[in-house]
Amino acid sequence: MSLNKEAELLKDLPLFSKVDLAKLKLLAFTSERLTYDDNEIVFNEGDDGDAAYIILDGTAVVSIAQGSKSLELDRIKRGGFVGDISLLCDVPRTATITAQDALITLQIKKDTFFNLIVEFPEIAVEMMRVLASRLDNTSKQLRDASNKT
Amino acid sequence: MTALSFPFLYFSLDLPKIIINKAISGKDIPSDIFGVSIDQVEYLLILSLAFLMLVCINGGFKFYVNVFRGQLGERMLRRLRFDLLSRVLRFPLPQFRRVSQGEVIQMVTAEVEPLGGFVGDSIALPAFQGGTLITILIFMFVQDWMLGLAAIALYPIQGYIIPKLQWHVNQLGKARVRNVRRLSEKIGESVSGIEELHANDGARRVLATFTERLGTIYDIRYEIFQRKFFIKFVNNFIAQLTPFFFYSIGGYLVIKGDLTFGALVAILAAYKDLSAPWKELLTYYQRLADSKIKYDQVIEQFDPPGILSEDAQHAELEADFSLSGPISANNLSVLDDEGQPIIESLSFQSEKSEQVAIVGPSSGGKDLAAILTARLLIPDGGQIKVADKLTLDLPEAATGRRMGYVGPSAFVFNTSLRENILLGAMHQPLKDATAEIIGSDEKKRNFRNAELSGNSLDDLEADWIDYKAIGANSDTELREKLLDLLKTVDLDGDTYDLGLRGTINPDENKVVADRILAARQALRNRLKQPEISNSIELFDSEKFNSNASVAENLLFGTPVGDDFVLEKIAESQYVREILRETGLEDEFVRVGRDVASTMVELFADLPADHEYFSQYSFIATDDLPEFQILLGRADRLGLDAMEEADRDRFLALPFKLIPARHRLDLITQSIKDRILEARRKFSDKIPDDLRGSIEFFSEEKYNGSATLQDNILFGKVASDKANAAELVGKLIAEVIDSENLRSVIVEVGLDFQVGLSGSKLSSAQRQKVSLARALVRSPDILILNEATSALDSGSQTKIMSNIITSTKGKNLLWVLQRASLAGAFDRVMVMSGGRVVETGSFEELQRKADSTLNNLLRDE
Repeated sequence: MSLNKEAELLKDLPLFSKVDLAKLKLLAFTSERLTYDDNEIVFNEGDDGDAAYIILDGTAVVSIAQGSKSLELDRIKRGGFVGDISLLCDVPRTATITAQDALITLQIKKDTFFNLIVEFPEIAVEMMRVLASRLDNTSKQLRDASNKT
Repeated sequence: MTALSFPFLYFSLDLPKIIINKAISGKDIPSDIFGVSIDQVEYLLILSLAFLMLVCINGGFKFYVNVFRGQLGERMLRRLRFDLLSRVLRFPLPQFRRVSQGEVIQMVTAEVEPLGGFVGDSIALPAFQGGTLITILIFMFVQDWMLGLAAIALYPIQGYIIPKLQWHVNQLGKARVRNVRRLSEKIGESVSGIEELHANDGARRVLATFTERLGTIYDIRYEIFQRKFFIKFVNNFIAQLTPFFFYSIGGYLVIKGDLTFGALVAILAAYKDLSAPWKELLTYYQRLADSKIKYDQVIEQFDPPGILSEDAQHAELEADFSLSGPISANNLSVLDDEGQPIIESLSFQSEKSEQVAIVGPSSGGKDLAAILTARLLIPDGGQIKVADKLTLDLPEAATGRRMGYVGPSAFVFNTSLRENILLGAMHQPLKDATAEIIGSDEKKRNFRNAELSGNSLDDLEADWIDYKAIGANSDTELREKLLDLLKTVDLDGDTYDLGLRGTINPDENKVVADRILAARQALRNRLKQPEISNSIELFDSEKFNSNASVAENLLFGTPVGDDFVLEKIAESQYVREILRETGLEDEFVRVGRDVASTMVELFADLPADHEYFSQYSFIATDDLPEFQILLGRADRLGLDAMEEADRDRFLALPFKLIPARHRLDLITQSIKDRILEARRKFSDKIPDDLRGSIEFFSEEKYNGSATLQDNILFGKVASDKANAAELVGKLIAEVIDSENLRSVIVEVGLDFQVGLSGSKLSSAQRQKVSLARALVRSPDILILNEATSALDSGSQTKIMSNIITSTKGKNLLWVLQRASLAGAFDRVMVMSGGRVVETGSFEELQRKADSTLNNLLRDE
């Protein structure tokens, strides 16, 4: 996949729809595109985090450890992003991300990420929307879980 | 030899007279010489030839005397320098607070240089020139005493005036030497303190200081040469005055018939010869005065009070000499430069085999206790006994071999890591130096010259490593000991990393090279597992490697020297030729244009100092506007119509492209194919003069210009595979372990050249090297003076427990920065205000509520 295609793909995402194509190209150019094999770990819960990942292709499985087992929380597909919490709040990774099938991500480093948000507040608004819906999702799961018990 | 030359000189002066008076004017021609009859022309010819011969003989004498004199001078210079240097090595440490490095270098190199030349002259020159002068004078007096008198009539005047004038010049000379020293001192200081100068914007003030010192030197030198030229003027005037007498008086005598014409010509010729030695003698006199100043000024600097005697530095030890035993220091006092006591009546004891920690506030004198025990500083009062021997009486061979000392500022020498460590056990050449010399003629000559100049007779190339002190019986055991030592000081990991990044010469190190090649093969076999194979793209002569730059793909080898390095590859005529032949030149210009246009698009809006430029851009910030103009021109004119220089700017860009990483999609399959074709041509047609500028990749061959790691890997880490670098690192480590290569790589790491003052090592690594250097000879007493201050606390604790274990049964005296580390020692000595305020085991002192140790622990 070339830089131009990556930029166009980013442009299609709701998160970046308001951002100039040229800026997205710069974002793609200064970020690393990384591929993961099936079942490969992107990062582990508890690691220190210095990058967020935009899913370009494939599926990322979000899970947390529960005792000796792991509990799947979510599956994030093309256009979604993971790893943002550690960047925003400077806490260790809150969940483990595992690749399903072949996963292609764009790894955005902390500095690039903040530069981008400062320059394009629209991205922040979009992120807030996504984070809020995640929170809603989590609350629902929590409710379901407590109803079960 | 000098005296032998004078009769010849006399004849050569006399001969012109005979030629003119007899042969040319035809009087008194002997009818035969040695029974062979001759006529006038033949006689002239014979005399002329004799004259020529005498010229040759005189020249020969001069040549011989000059060479001899030069050799003598060089020898004296060598002796003098060696003596000064050997004194520097024996200076008491406080002397280095008074004499700077810059001054010492200036004195030993520049200031004594003219002295050496002068010493060579000091005997030969007055003898030779004086003798020449006297011979010529005798000749003149024999010809005519009045003319002879005329020739020297003005010498007394010169002899009176010149020294008077010279005295002033001498005084100025002294001032000049002093001021040049001040300048060198400032230069040395500025170089050592360069960090501070930059950090505090101090350049202007330093330049002003330089200006002031250069100005003083300028003034002095200006006055010196004014005076010198005046002396010269007086000399020349007097010298020209004499011919005046010759022409007038001599001419008068010839007219009167009291002097033959031939004699006058000979005298005039002789006078011409006379001025040379006379001038030389005058210069000699000036240099004598000059040298005396310089000698006095140098010598007074090199004879400080308290200088270690030569015997103490060079005395050898008996074979079973040992310093293992109790240490006792009694009533030590140390004064500062003003005579004020820094410590007074300091006493402390340590049992045999005791491991003692010294703690206390940093001004409490704990560092002095260590330095005094190591005898690096001689106390102004009191004495230290080690194993019942007064340390003051011990030769350096005892303190420097049976003791070990490491201070807070580790110094590392500009050589390999290995030699830096082994220096701790390299005190003297092991094999008898003279015995080794028998081999080569050159060595013999060097040895003889060193002997004649009073220099060191030790052979630098001999084996200096003291195997016995290290406890090794063979090279293999030495290697094992070194590896153990690296572990003790926690330097094995660092050395291993250095080794992986190191290179070896496969011709000299065939065994290692072959094993690395085996590791390459082993790595290849492991790559059959799919999850790893994505992480590496191996080099293949038939395939384009998208994780390597275009330049690397084209060269398919490692550049040696400057010809093909990435920054200059586009300028190489040969590379350009290959590009032209494969039709790539136009392609590269086009791709370069596209790269430039992408870069301008991406980076043009960013502020010039944005970090992305240095991290990602192919084009430097300053060049970006220029490329904008070039792109405009390309649009207007078309690439083909552009000027050669403009096209070249574009052409240089694609070489840096790494397709997989930069993802610009500009290197199409057809370009890749053509680069492969260019690669083949490049290696097939490479001219002989460029053959040495590249080492081609080959699957079966070790590449001596690439690092060990690159040789094992023989490929590139895939840039788009997540965690590839980590995976590959692990894989290499696995291969190295399975092939038992770890110690081999550490060995290569030990050959790492550490750079000037160890600049290529971190300060922590330098400190570890210093520790290893002291430990390598397992000294009876180890004194560590805040020797782990540059290490992080994890490393510090680890090394401390390693050293405490490895020195069990020996005396250990460790000055600690932090009192909390003292728990692992037999006993703790707390120092404050220059004396020991309390001593006991860590627990004991900790139990006392108001102990100084507890105070120290609280303050940490």
